[in-house]
Amino acid sequence: MGAATERRPAAVATAPVPFRVLRRRRETADTWTLELEPIAGEGLAAEPGQFAMLYAFGVGEVPVSISGDPTRPGPLVHTVRAVGPVSQAICSARPGDTLGVRGPFGSAWPVEKARGSDVVIVAGGIGLAPLRSALYTVLANDADFGSVVLLYGGRTPADLLYRRELERWRGRLDLDVAVTVDTAAADWRGKVGVVTQLIGRAAFDPSSAVAFVCGPEIMMRVTAQSLVDHGVASDRIYLSMERNMRCAVAHCGHCQFGPTLICRDGPVYRHDVLAPLLEVREL
Amino acid sequence: METIEVMLRDIPFFDGLEAKELELLAGCASNARFQEGELLFREGDKADTFYAVRHGTVALEMFVPARGAITIETIEEGEVIGWSWLFPPYRWHFDVRALELVRVTAFDAACLRGKCEADPVLGYSLMSRFAQIMIERLQWTRLRLLDLYGRGD
Amino acid sequence: MIAPQALEALVGTLRGRGYRVVGPLVDQGAIVYGDLQSAEDLPKGWTDVQEAATYRLERREDEARFGYAAGPHSWKQFLFPPRIRLWRATREAEGGFAVEESEHDEAPLALIGVRACELHAIAIQDRVFLGGAYAERDYAARREGAFVVAVNCFEPGGTCFCVSMDTGPKATEGYDLALTEILDGTHRFLVEVGSKQGAEVLGELPSQSAEPADLEAAQAAIDGAAERMGRTLDTGGIRDLLASTLEHPRWDDVASRCLTCGNCTMVCPTCFCSTVEDVNDLGGEAAEQHRTWDSCFSVDHAHIHGGSIRPSGRSRYRQWLTHKFGTWQDQFGTSGCVGCGRCITWCPVGIDVTEELATLRKPEEEDDGDD
Repeated sequence: MGAATERRPAAVATAPVPFRVLRRRRETADTWTLELEPIAGEGLAAEPGQFAMLYAFGVGEVPVSISGDPTRPGPLVHTVRAVGPVSQAICSARPGDTLGVRGPFGSAWPVEKARGSDVVIVAGGIGLAPLRSALYTVLANDADFGSVVLLYGGRTPADLLYRRELERWRGRLDLDVAVTVDTAAADWRGKVGVVTQLIGRAAFDPSSAVAFVCGPEIMMRVTAQSLVDHGVASDRIYLSMERNMRCAVAHCGHCQFGPTLICRDGPVYRHDVLAPLLEVREL
Repeated sequence: METIEVMLRDIPFFDGLEAKELELLAGCASNARFQEGELLFREGDKADTFYAVRHGTVALEMFVPARGAITIETIEEGEVIGWSWLFPPYRWHFDVRALELVRVTAFDAACLRGKCEADPVLGYSLMSRFAQIMIERLQWTRLRLLDLYGRGD
Repeated sequence: MIAPQALEALVGTLRGRGYRVVGPLVDQGAIVYGDLQSAEDLPKGWTDVQEAATYRLERREDEARFGYAAGPHSWKQFLFPPRIRLWRATREAEGGFAVEESEHDEAPLALIGVRACELHAIAIQDRVFLGGAYAERDYAARREGAFVVAVNCFEPGGTCFCVSMDTGPKATEGYDLALTEILDGTHRFLVEVGSKQGAEVLGELPSQSAEPADLEAAQAAIDGAAERMGRTLDTGGIRDLLASTLEHPRWDDVASRCLTCGNCTMVCPTCFCSTVEDVNDLGGEAAEQHRTWDSCFSVDHAHIHGGSIRPSGRSRYRQWLTHKFGTWQDQFGTSGCVGCGRCITWCPVGIDVTEELATLRKPEEEDDGDD
């Protein structure tokens, strides 16, 4: 199972390189966005959809997608959810602290495949973090694409990421943004419902559109099926898979998903290739 | 000023109904509008109206003691609200509030029920449409029940 | 051709050249791989009796040095050790830290007695660790300096099926020297040279050229082994078979027997799963990352936040078997199995992969789980 796109191996693959935390912004109760710069040497030159292994001194490493703007030079940006000891340690890092970084690894969102077509980006929860990089790339070259649609579903309004940016994106004429939450208090004036409900109303041409979907596995599976039901071709829908990852260089065997190694062939995959695997329980 | 029948053709719920059937339904209907923040109906009220939203968004809410008013779902233009009027005890289960200026076509429930009983073909047609909407909404709600974005702990 | 006594010179020559010489020896009732001080450490006159969940040693009537099959050890413990340090990070004055990758600085290895199946297993691990975009540094260093003395099997084990896997019993490549032990009255070894270093080392041993009768005797010994395989396996279309039988009832059956102890993954010469452990000193000044062996039978192997992807033993056994014979081909272009039979011998409940795979070929209605 080959990678969706070919790329060079990461320059920094086997041991972390120290990066300094420049900024730290709290997104939600358990999620922070960190901006990092290398203490020495070059940055990571990552493409949207790729990930890096972030290291907290003495605690360990976790894979985190890049969520910055690959079209502009600048710091490495990662949005991290604190769900375990390593991610908690990373989320506690303050400006001036040092984290280890190695990467970038994995396959990228194939933005070029969407040239000339409408682009539908569907994000669930923290899935917006890796998709934001793809969105930046599309918007930086918006003349090359048709309509661009962002559909974003979160748990509650307090769990939405990048709120200020979402509002800025709403103001753009070249981007159609729809946001919904699973549940909200009555002071929320926006939509309440599951993110797949947004697909039917979004303005795009399914017969040629390319879709990038990221979120919990069930959300991606259901969203992809819903896109197919609305007429989007299965081989023009891309998902980003997640599995336990230790080495990120295809040596440790942990990220296997049936015939594929997610750190090497993914995390971005075409839906038609993934669909039969997604149906197998405990694969 | 468009007739109600013409307005109904813009609502997907009524797709495929014949002109005669639309005329029959229109006979039970009137237009209404609600300002932002206004309640269309309250939980516990008698469910005697079926609404088709022509413009604007409404929120289905439930008041939960100590948590306040929680929005269960939002319904937008082109969609329909309410099925508690279909079967006894004809009582609303939620508050429904306009989130902005909302224009609706409101159908008298007793009138609609009467027409369905008198014309079973029309009755079956409407029931199928309601069943489809309920299935879709139930499916969406079940997905939200999984709390997929939660921490899983 | 060399005499058995020349093996002492072989070990001596290799030690003299600075190699750490490892090979088979008897320890605690098994033939394992360890350091050889001299050729006297070899299991002279021993053989093994292997069956599912059974292993014991028996005395031979001759003084064969290599009259047995694969034991619980494989060469991966030397090339891919159970624990190594990958790198060390030390805190710096200004609050950051510096990282230093560990270098392999041990003596090069000389492996004595590598079977054909094991040569294939090493080649399979070469593809995993060296054949992708990233080379495993430690493995590459150990591998590069290694001197390999292969041995052609004449005494296959009760669970061997290298013939079915097309990995033996004859060693065809990947060695510096290959020995075939001949016991037809005159105990001697046919030596085949596989590399320049092999030729050099052979040059330091007392030897004479081989006669046609020697070649015939050697071939007869190897052919004899091929005819006495303990198991067979039909490998036709096995990758597709495994991909299409993921819900076969046989998985429930094997799950009721499998203890998920992971023995199979430890004895298997190709299993390569590892994990990393982050350790720090008590003062918090230095931290290290170590690579350690791991097994897909551990619940933790497929853990993501929220829980394990494979909580059931059924799914983990299925993962191991389908990976070994099926998805390994998708991932690395070869099978993961070399037919050594260790997993069958060392499974405490005697699960036999050849039997499991044969059952998967039967249509699902036929398998009533009564086996």
